[in-house]
This record gives sequence, structure tokens and C-alpha cells, in this order.
Amino acid sequence: MSDVLQVNALRTHFFTHAGVVKAVDGVDFTVRKGEVMGLVGESGSGKSITGFSILGLIDPPGRIVDGSIRFNGAEIANAPEPELQKLRGNRIAMIFQDPMMTLNPVLRIDTQMIEAILAHEDIPRQTAWERSRDALGLVGIPSPEERLRAYPHQLSGGMRQRVAIATAFLNRPDLIIADEPTTALDVTIQAQIIHEAQKLTRQTGTAMIWITHDLAVVAGLADHISVMYAGRIVEQGATDDVIDRPLHPYTVGLLGSVPSANKRGQRLYQIEGMTPNMLAMPTGCAFAPRCRAATPGCDTAPPITDIDGRHLRCHHPQTVGVAS
Amino acid sequence: MSDVIAPETAAPAAKVETPFRRFVSEFFESRIATVALCVLGLIILLAVLAPWITPQNPYDLAQVDVLDGRLPPGSEAFAGYTMWLGSDGSGRDLYSAILYGLRISLSVGVASGIIALAIGMAIGLLAAYAGGRTENIIMRVVDLQLSFPAALVALMLVAILGKGIDKIILALVVAQWAYYARTVRGTALVERNKEYVEAAQCLGLSRLRVVFRHILPNCLAPLIVVGTVQTAHAISLEATLSFLGVGLPQTEPSLGVLIANGFEYMLSGRYWISVFPGLALLFTVVSINLVGDQLRDVLNPRLKK
Amino acid sequence: MTVFIIRRLMQAILVVFLMSVIVFFGVNVIGDPVHMLVSPDADQADIEATIRRLGLDRPIWEQYLLFVSGAAQGNLGNSFIFGEPALKLILHHMPATLELAFSALFLAVAVGVPLGLYAGLYPDSPLSKGIMAGSILGFSLPTFWVGLMLIMLFAVELGWLPSTGRGDTGHILGIETSLATRDGLSHVLLPAMNLALLKISLAIRLTRAGVREAMGQDYVKYARAKGLSTRRIVFVHVLKNIMIPVVTVMGLEFGSLIGFSVVTESIFAWPGMGKLLIDAILQLDRPVVVAYLMIIVLFFVLINLIVDILYSILDPRVRLRDQGA
Repeated sequence: MSDVLQVNALRTHFFTHAGVVKAVDGVDFTVRKGEVMGLVGESGSGKSITGFSILGLIDPPGRIVDGSIRFNGAEIANAPEPELQKLRGNRIAMIFQDPMMTLNPVLRIDTQMIEAILAHEDIPRQTAWERSRDALGLVGIPSPEERLRAYPHQLSGGMRQRVAIATAFLNRPDLIIADEPTTALDVTIQAQIIHEAQKLTRQTGTAMIWITHDLAVVAGLADHISVMYAGRIVEQGATDDVIDRPLHPYTVGLLGSVPSANKRGQRLYQIEGMTPNMLAMPTGCAFAPRCRAATPGCDTAPPITDIDGRHLRCHHPQTVGVAS
Repeated sequence: MSDVIAPETAAPAAKVETPFRRFVSEFFESRIATVALCVLGLIILLAVLAPWITPQNPYDLAQVDVLDGRLPPGSEAFAGYTMWLGSDGSGRDLYSAILYGLRISLSVGVASGIIALAIGMAIGLLAAYAGGRTENIIMRVVDLQLSFPAALVALMLVAILGKGIDKIILALVVAQWAYYARTVRGTALVERNKEYVEAAQCLGLSRLRVVFRHILPNCLAPLIVVGTVQTAHAISLEATLSFLGVGLPQTEPSLGVLIANGFEYMLSGRYWISVFPGLALLFTVVSINLVGDQLRDVLNPRLKK
Repeated sequence: MTVFIIRRLMQAILVVFLMSVIVFFGVNVIGDPVHMLVSPDADQADIEATIRRLGLDRPIWEQYLLFVSGAAQGNLGNSFIFGEPALKLILHHMPATLELAFSALFLAVAVGVPLGLYAGLYPDSPLSKGIMAGSILGFSLPTFWVGLMLIMLFAVELGWLPSTGRGDTGHILGIETSLATRDGLSHVLLPAMNLALLKISLAIRLTRAGVREAMGQDYVKYARAKGLSTRRIVFVHVLKNIMIPVVTVMGLEFGSLIGFSVVTESIFAWPGMGKLLIDAILQLDRPVVVAYLMIIVLFFVLINLIVDILYSILDPRVRLRDQGA
């Protein structure tokens, strides 16, 4: 039950010409060894920026302004670049959203996999090649030797994402951050990829943060779920609890908008309004302008409260699903 | 108090921001471009006013004294005036020769630019209007020509045509029309893929109307930008050809001819005969290019925030 | 790959055919072929003999066939000045021009790409701004004017480098070249610099734009997420991607270097085919002019072909697209 990652009061802000964008504004969570955490939110909620902050990949004008990121007990927020470089791809790996864009189009698969090993270990090229081949076999890629010689454009999207997953597992990391790795794929491929990832985390004991906008994806995959809205985590808890008994009106809305068999014939729920303008955040609860349960009291920021072992940021926790 | 304030607040509101006014104010945001435009204006003014502001007509043999030849800057001419920029090999006052040379250089550049623009635009619009195979053939020719550098095309033409101001203009036009045609066609391609063109076609509007009402106005901004840059290029190209002795004849002494005339004296340290006409050419070409750069930034909607 | 090359080859042949038609019409229809191809001091009998020899009394398409078959046999007439076959004369002067153009291309890449790389990686540094200002100037300055200034500064004022001729030549791999001797190198430096200036500016701009675009791409962020060193990201991931457009454009520019060498060779009295062309134009040595035009067209087509093939090797996606089509 050791904690691989502890994120506390993380704030990552972007200092643009138009003003300060508080992309991540006070995020706390913990990921334990071998555990999968689902980080759920709409686009622009800051979930990807959270992932990049952990890896220290925030580029100017962005910057981690406050908070701590402890990885295996050591503080890595704003750590020196060489130190972060040693962690990246080695102890913490990342899988990106669009496999079309992340693999370098002019380099062969073997080059891109082997360099990931050789960046962290001083071993013969041949050994690195063998490890890459075995990793491709593990994610269910047929005839891996052949695929290693291919260029990215010669592989299908699903195949490329498998390559990315295999690459992530190459150095047996303690933590993998998967940033919407299935969004760009067909539904059937999606299921396979999720299955592969799940299998590998079980086998290796690697912890994982699975970033997605789709609650349904993490429902069967994650142990814990953190729901993010406008740079903050608004609800956090065990997956079954959050899915079965959502407390935050936003989670309720998200769940209501997922089509499922038992809601057939009913109108899908739609969260009204738009994600708030990151430059002009509401002073209180950021979700209040779109919230059905909002009252005048919501113009103060809700504190984090603990309910049934779950963390919540809401003045009006929902008790029953209101999505129906 | 409010009575006093009212007219002041009303005044800016009355000032309607026309696209032209916005364009002007955006253009002058760049200090370099503003300076370049001023320099360019001054150069054009000097060229136009040349006969009235020079001490000598350098091509009236009665006013040129061979004894004044190769005098360094600041020398006094036999006729009494000071040659601030010195004199050339045959005794012409360089200041006068440069202003007269500017007239020729600018005329050739602008004339060839306008003709090339007209022809290129017509051909580009024809391609856009006709579409299909005609367009394909036209664009193949354009691509083919653009695969040769303009300087080489012009050089090949003067090699066949020979010297003379008309032949130079012809050579420059042939070397440059394709740039304009490509610009017009490029814009047409973008416009044609827009939904309103499809809508217009569904409404039964004629293709001619789409070309002239929609494609042509959209081409104007890029054409102005290409036109400025190409005119600078034409001036520079004419100077190059003239310098090589295959452009304008001695009877039409553009800046390039003046520089060529001074070349032989340069190795003996009489730098001014080549350097001053060269500087005039430099300021002209660089200022046009800088103005063109800024025009592109201001007129290109893609670069706007 | 073979299909790709064959298709490109067919296109190239088509272009050569078209250009031969244009040059033929340029010389024989727009110009006066007798005037163009017969020496000015030839007498009436000579002229008539030439008309018959060239078949100028026959129909136009037959004339064209004669012209093409003559050209194919390397017979484009004799130079009036040197009395030698024009084609032979051009080929004899070609190595000097190629040497100059290659030197300039080398300078352009060796100077332009590193400067562009720097300007792309650190766009806000004062040095980068200086580099970009310099490249704007490099684009605007007429080549011949820069050549004059180089001569004035380095040859006349400082006296460091010679300003005319090719200097001593030596042999590298059996090819006679100025690049083999110290004296030759000192002669090639100024003209090559002059010729390269425009291309240096171009290489800077291309590289800088490429680097700036590539650095924002996901694959760079992914490479960083893999823990790769900045050096490997810049020199393998970024450079390999941007070298595709840079190599393509610089390769295409090789043709324009040959073209512009006309100017540089004239200024620096470099004995290449460009200087030969200008001398031929000035001395009305028309067979040499025609031969030059045909050679240069062939050259350009060849360059375009090579660049296309190179491109397809560098960018695997091009090959695939072409096979799919």
C-alpha cells in the first residue's frame, strides 16, 4: 500500500498576454502502487496539464507556481531538469492521446523504442532491440520483428497506440500517465487497448493515471476516480462509489450524459452552458453558473469536505442521482 | 459638467473604423516599415523631381565636361557647382546621374510589374473560371516556369531578344507573370472550397459571377503583397542584367548601368562611382521589401489574432 | 520505388521535349535563325550554304526534327569566336561553374542551417534577432552589388583575398579543381560567399521556421516524455524532420545557383560557363548561347528529378502516397 505519487495543492498557471490562466489550481491526489486512478474531466479542465506537471513538461509561459509532487517520497515539483530527465520515460512514462502525432514520422519504430531504453540504461543495442521486440509481443502485436522495421505511417492507429504502450512499459516504470490514449481510436480498438493496459499494470504492478473525458472508459478500469472541473478536483473516491452514488452535481451530469441500456428511450442529460472562460473564473464554485443546485451561497469557494471516505468540493452534495 | 464631456465622448464614436483606416493604423505600428515607407516616398519624389533639383542633365553632352571626370566626392565642377557625390569616368555629376538613373530603374520596375500583374491575373482568373483541364494545363505551365529562377528566365530571354528598354520589360514580364498567376489561382482555390461558392452555384449563379464577385476581390490583398515584392525584384533584376551589360544600353543609364560603369574604377580605389548608385539601388530595393513585408503581415488574415 | 522513379523520369523527358520546342521557337521563329546562327561577317554564299545545311527552306516541323537530331548528336553549331563546337566549349567550362556552385551550396548549408537552428531554438535572444535581420538583408541585396562590396573590402581595402580568376588547380579523384590547392581555395572563397549569400538567408529562414514548428509538435513532447536528452531531440528528432524541406529547397536552389553564377562569375572573372554565356551574348556568339540554354534546361530537369528522388528517400510518406495513387 505504498504511495507512488502524492500530489498536494498543485497549481500550474500560464502567464499569457491576455492574463493568467489557472489551468491547474489546487489539485490533490494520491496514487498507490499498482493502482489505476481515473482523472476525468471535460477538455480544458486541466487534466492533461496535471499530467504534464508531474513529468515537469510545462513550457513557458506556463509554470508550476505552488504545491508539491512527491514521487516515491521525493519532491519532484520544479526539480532540476537533469533529475526530471532521469525520471521521464524511466520511472514515470507517458502515453499520449493521438498516436498519429506522437510517433516521429521519419524515424522507424525500432529507433524510437530503443532510444527510450538507451536514454536510461547503458546496455548493448542488441539487448535493447530484444527488449523492444518482447515488449511489442506483450501488447499483442503480431510479428514484432517486422513491425520494428516499419515507419509509423505503415501502422494503423490502434497498432501505433500499442507501440506507445509497449514503449511506456519498456523500462518497467513505477507510474504511467495515459493521456486520453483511446480517444482517437475506434470503439472496438479502444476496448482492446484498455484491456492490454489493464493486463500489463496487473502483471507489472505499475501504477497508472488514466486521463479521460469519458467516465464510461474508466468505470471498468480504474480503482479510484478523480473528477476535475476548471482546474480543481471536485469529487474523488473509489470508482464504484463515484459511479453508483455521485455526490457532486457535475459528476451527476457527466454520468447522466453517458448513454446506456437502462436509459433507453430517455432523453440524455445535457450539462447546460459552457466550460468557464479560464481568464475570467467565477469567484466562488466554478461550476455554479451551470449548476441546477446552485444557490447564492455558491459564490464562495466550497471547501474540501469528506463524505463516506470521499473528497468533495461542493456546497450542495447530491444524495440521489438526479440525472433521471 | 456632463454637457462639456458629452461632445468629447461622442467624437471617437463618430469616427467609424473603416477597414482602410484600420489597415493604415496597423501598417504604421511597425517603426521599421514606417521608416521604409518614408524612405521609399523620398526616393520616388527625388526621381520624379530629378530635372528640377539636379545641377546638371547628365545626358546633355553640352553640360558634361570630360575634364570633370573621376572627381572624388565634394569636388567642384568646372561649371562651378559642387559635386557632392563626385563624378564618373566621363565627367558626369554622380548625384544628377543617380537621380536620372532612379527614374529609369523605377519606371522599368513598375512598368514590368504592372504588365506582369495584369497578364498573370488574367491568366490566373481564366484558370479559376475555366477549371478542369484548362486549369490543369495552365497550372502545369506556371509550375514549370516557376521551377526556373526568374533571373535565369530573364537572362535567357535577353540572350535571345537583345538589348533595349522594351526588350528588358518584356523579359521581366515573362519572368514574373507566373508568380501573379499562381497567387490568383491559390486564392481562387481557397475561395472555391468555401461553402458560399457551393451555395452560389446551387442558386444557379454563373461561374463568371463567382469569379468576379468573390474570387477577384479576395485576390487583391495577396496581389498587392506579391506586386510590391516582385517590383523590388524586377528593379534588382534589371540592375543585374544592366550591370552584366545585357540589359539596358548606355543610352538608358539605369542604376545598374551606372554601377557597371564604375566597376573598372573600383579596383583602383575610386569607390564612389559604383558605391553611390549602388547605395541608391540598395535603399530602393530594401525599402520596397520592408514595406512589402509589413503589407503581408497586415493584409494576411491568417496572421491576425 | 522503381515505379516512382520511372514516373518521374517520364515527366522529366516531357519537360525536356517541351523546352526544346520553346528554345527552338525562340531561336528559329521569334529570332532570325540565319542571323542567329551565321557569323556576321559571312558572305552571301556562306549564308545560302548554311540555310541549306540547316534546312531552313524546309517546313517548320522538319526543321525542328533536324534541330533535335543535331542537338542529340551534340551538334549545336560552332562558336564564332573560338571555332570549336559550342557544346564542347560549354562542357569545358562546366566544371568551374559546378565547383563554384557546390562550394556555395556547402557554405549555405554549413552556415545557414546552424544559424537557423539557433534562431529557431532561442527565438527571443538578441543574437537570433540579429541573425534574422541579417537574413532579411541577405534577401534584399542584389547579388552583384554584394560581390562588388566583397571585392572592395577583402581584395582592394584589406588585400586578404584575390578577386579574380580561379587560381591554381589541383586534382581530386581525377577532377581538376581549385578546391585542391590553397591558392585555389583562396580564389574560390569570395565568389562562393557571394553566390551563397542569398541561399544562406534562405537556409536560415527555412531551418528556423522548421525548428519552431517541430518544437511545438507532439512528437517532440513525446520524445521529452521518454527522457531523451535535448541534444538527441534536436539533432535526431527535430533535425531529421526539418531536413526534408531544407534539403528539397536547397537542392532545387542548386539550379538557381548555377543560374546566378552568371552574375558572380562575371564579377570575379571566374572562368565558368556563366561568364562564357555573358561573353557570348556580348560578342554575339549565338551558337554558344543556344548551347548554354539547352544545357541549362537539361540541368534543371535533372536537378528536379534528383531532388524528387532524394525527397522520396528522406520522407517515406511520399513513396507510399505515390504507390497508393
